[in-house]
Amino acid sequence: MTAATRGVEAPGRAEVGARTLRTDRWWLPPAATTVGLLIFVVYATVRAFQQQYFFADERYLTPFYSPCVSLGCASEPGSAHFGMFLPDHPLLPYAAISLPFLLAFRLTCYYYRKAYYRSFWLAPAACAVPEPHATYTGETRFPLILQNVHRYVFYIAVIVSVINTYDAIVAFRHPTDGFVVGIGNLVLLVNVVLLWCYTLSCHSCRHVMGGRLAHFSKHPVRYRIWTWISALNTRHATFAWITLGTLVATDLYVLLVASGTITDLRLVG
Amino acid sequence: MTYTARLRVWRGDAAGGALTDYEVDANEGEVVLDILHRLQATQTPDLAVRWNCKAGKCGSCSAEINGRPRLLCMTRMSVFEPGEVLTVTPMRTFPVIRDLVTDVSFNYAKAREIPSFTPPPDLGPGEYRMKQADVGRSQEFRKCIECFLCQDTCHVVRDHEENKPAFAGPRYLMRVAELEMHPLDVADRVAEVQDEHGLGLCNITKCCTDVCPEGIKITDNALIPMKERVADDRYDPLVWLGRTILRRGSRQARE
Ligand code: SF4
Ligand code: SF4
Ligand code: FES
Ligand code: FES
Repeated sequence: MTAATRGVEAPGRAEVGARTLRTDRWWLPPAATTVGLLIFVVYATVRAFQQQYFFADERYLTPFYSPCVSLGCASEPGSAHFGMFLPDHPLLPYAAISLPFLLAFRLTCYYYRKAYYRSFWLAPAACAVPEPHATYTGETRFPLILQNVHRYVFYIAVIVSVINTYDAIVAFRHPTDGFVVGIGNLVLLVNVVLLWCYTLSCHSCRHVMGGRLAHFSKHPVRYRIWTWISALNTRHATFAWITLGTLVATDLYVLLVASGTITDLRLVG
Repeated sequence: MTYTARLRVWRGDAAGGALTDYEVDANEGEVVLDILHRLQATQTPDLAVRWNCKAGKCGSCSAEINGRPRLLCMTRMSVFEPGEVLTVTPMRTFPVIRDLVTDVSFNYAKAREIPSFTPPPDLGPGEYRMKQADVGRSQEFRKCIECFLCQDTCHVVRDHEENKPAFAGPRYLMRVAELEMHPLDVADRVAEVQDEHGLGLCNITKCCTDVCPEGIKITDNALIPMKERVADDRYDPLVWLGRTILRRGSRQARE
């Protein structure tokens, strides 16, 4: 049997002929998602392996290099806050202890799953548009059953968010000028606030904080936290996209300042 | 303002059928069901279309308009361009009976497979006491009008007839979630939702949420929370360790 005769053309169903009768531009959202995700992946990969221009004005560390734990971080004194122990190798990003987990966090995220199942796997590309696959097992088998590790990568993502917050705070201290505020500080700060919005609005976070309880009335504090996270959670997809944008913008800002293309405007100090 | 609406309606039965073109008068403020009724009254007295309330509350008039699952009585003509051809077909996931009417008994069969509400054995009728905070989540799911548009649009069964035995569909996965989140239900529904009702087949692509005329956040509030409970019970060694040390069962641990 072909994919179609198992689906809308299966025996007994109305013989309509067309596989979909949708007249709107249903292909646009999955196409836009594909383009958006590919741009990010290419940019992030190039930057993660560039091993250059990741630390600007002796205080701005890009999130793509945080925590900077490679021996190579020595090229930018002050960029490594947590020691340098990974070998300096061109195939090993300087933040190789955090990047794989951040990638796993987004790959197993309930929102991104929806996004790439729809746009890359076309299962389904859009609602009521038949998918091209002859069989379908969803998330019941290897490898997709591994999506269940999401909560663990969430825990790690929280730690990385704390590290990013630390980076954004110590960036207010210049090694010779003391306390300073530059445009870069605001960029780092906005980025980290939005990263927290994305991380805390996670569905696993919502579940762990209170969602798993049967009786909210017996746990007023967790109920309150669950209510807040639920409010953030309704915007989880928006935060997923915004943070891709702010991550690139923040990194680009650090890159441009570090490479001397632009100068960081100082507001204080 | 009266204008001529152009319709292509699927006419036929299980043996076959075709899209047939019609031109019908339409007035300002009307919905697609009004136009079909006028078509029935003036040109095709034998047109089969199921409806009851014309108020979006009975869930009878589900069909597909321009390829999208919708309620005929809640789809205003004004959302389409006056000259646009409206293609109306029956739901394409269920067997067709005639014209726009499908056999939705798949859904009734799935409903019966879910064990009913199970209060604690020592609680008699009339002794049920619940706090609003504890029932809020289940109440959202009670808004369901059983239109089965979510069941119709879900690609797990729409595109794979062979998955029908294993998959209850979003409406009934949500029913399990409703009971699981009910403060007085003591049955353990987590293993069952995964093994008997096929929660693992759902890939959270949210088409059910997109079509629900009641605006129920099926995926975010029912399906994903159930997936997280399954992860608690099956895939989370920390949760397992905690429960083993405290000697608590899966339902007790959620108290
Ligand atoms: S979210 Fe799950 S249940 Fe809902 S339509 Fe998609 S696959 Fe089906
Ligand atoms: S959940 Fe929504 S779409 Fe599904 S049957 Fe109920 S009202 Fe209809
Ligand atoms: S990060 Fe998206 S659901 Fe957890
Ligand atoms: S006729 Fe009752 S919902 Fe449309």
